[in-house]
Amino acid sequence: MTASSNGKPKFAMYWAASCGGCDIAVLNIHEKILDVDANFEVVFWPVAMDAKYKDVEAMPDESILLTLFNGAIRNDENAHIAQLLRRKSKILVAFGSCANEGCMPALANLSSVQEIIDTAYETISTDNPQGLRPVANYTVPEGNLHIPSLYPVVRTLDQVVKVDYYMPGCPPESHQIAAVIDLVIKVLHGEAQLPPAGSVIGAGDSTVCDECARKRDVKTIKEFKRIQHVMLDPEICILEQGVLCSGPATRSGCKALCPAAGSPCIGCYGPAEGVIDFGARLMSAVASVIDSNDANEIDRILDGIPDPVGMFYRFNLAGSVLRASKPAWLSKQA
Amino acid sequence: MSEPFEPVIIGFTCNWCSYRAADLAGTARIKYPPNVRLIRLMCSGRLDPTFVLKALSGGADAVLITGCHPGECHYIEQNYKALRRYLLLRRTLVQMGVEPQRLKLVWASAAEGVRLASEITKLVEEIRSLGPLNWPTSTNGQVEIFEPLEVPA
Repeated sequence: MTASSNGKPKFAMYWAASCGGCDIAVLNIHEKILDVDANFEVVFWPVAMDAKYKDVEAMPDESILLTLFNGAIRNDENAHIAQLLRRKSKILVAFGSCANEGCMPALANLSSVQEIIDTAYETISTDNPQGLRPVANYTVPEGNLHIPSLYPVVRTLDQVVKVDYYMPGCPPESHQIAAVIDLVIKVLHGEAQLPPAGSVIGAGDSTVCDECARKRDVKTIKEFKRIQHVMLDPEICILEQGVLCSGPATRSGCKALCPAAGSPCIGCYGPAEGVIDFGARLMSAVASVIDSNDANEIDRILDGIPDPVGMFYRFNLAGSVLRASKPAWLSKQA
Repeated sequence: MSEPFEPVIIGFTCNWCSYRAADLAGTARIKYPPNVRLIRLMCSGRLDPTFVLKALSGGADAVLITGCHPGECHYIEQNYKALRRYLLLRRTLVQMGVEPQRLKLVWASAAEGVRLASEITKLVEEIRSLGPLNWPTSTNGQVEIFEPLEVPA
């Protein structure tokens, strides 16, 4: 299985802890998917074709040219496949928010593993009269069974293996995926060069605010409002209207789709160029525009942000400086 | 472990007030515990919340933010921005499981060497009784967060 039977370079895509939206986004590039098929042999893509892990294990190292890896590292299966695909791939791309920075799965880093298991198996909405719990290893007459076990904290792909390129977005926009695929095909034909290793690809290097067409003026906020409680002016900056918007901290590349549709940016393209901690940048921006100098009044205004971590680290908890809450990282010992 | 716990505290000071207050404490030979490492900024408004997160994740047990009294900022009103960032950041840290005492804001003018020294002393004692933070991303973090966890049976 060196060069594929038809001489085409090999392509793989994998989902770890993710929702499947990234896979759909790749299929959503419409007729461009035919270019993928014309230029690559798809050897492993669980959402689109049948393949077994042992098929990948049997491939020679670095025999896959391009692997798009979406999903965070939540359990030992995710970590095992990340390590396996790293070994088998020349170019490993962290594809989508989960692989880049944790995304929604990483909000689990606010809870201990025990709390998560209890919620899944014991809350009022769960019908589990025997009180069954998952067991990682179990022996049946046919042999030993192993199901993946949860890590105390969710990690990003590059906290587990070396990543060559980062492609943000939840999911990455189709026009950005198409552009990246075009580039890789050009590279294959010797018409272009790959960007420097470690680059962010398929995104801009500014902020969503920079791409947003809404009018910006002086921001002074006396009260944070939920979007369902306010009729937003379609022309004016959403943050100026008192609705939290993640635009100031978020990387450009989506053409400010959400604000254009009347909804605040929620930060899915991750930290803008040069931002070390997404939440810190956003907190800094939001706190600056609160229109009060009185500690009590500021506190009252901040009550309008009932879930600060969920707001400021919605997509970025695993990729943040602190990475996980204390209950999560302590939960191994509990 | 026989050595008593000595908290490591990172203190951010303003060039125009609290840094001079600390300096004054020094020249006046006012004693305060050596647990606090002071970093001079031009203004408390320069304090990016990232600095605090970096300090805590890198092994600090607490962070002290100091600045000019309200209404006395050298840059008109940047200390109010520091106040708002502090109040918001503290809420976020509490949700992350960090005790609120680990982030403290103190106003101190250039003349208040005695007050700054006593606030530092109070903070060090408070953190000493609270115990170490040992965030697992730091070298003194005791918890290996990368090991697989056995799912409770």
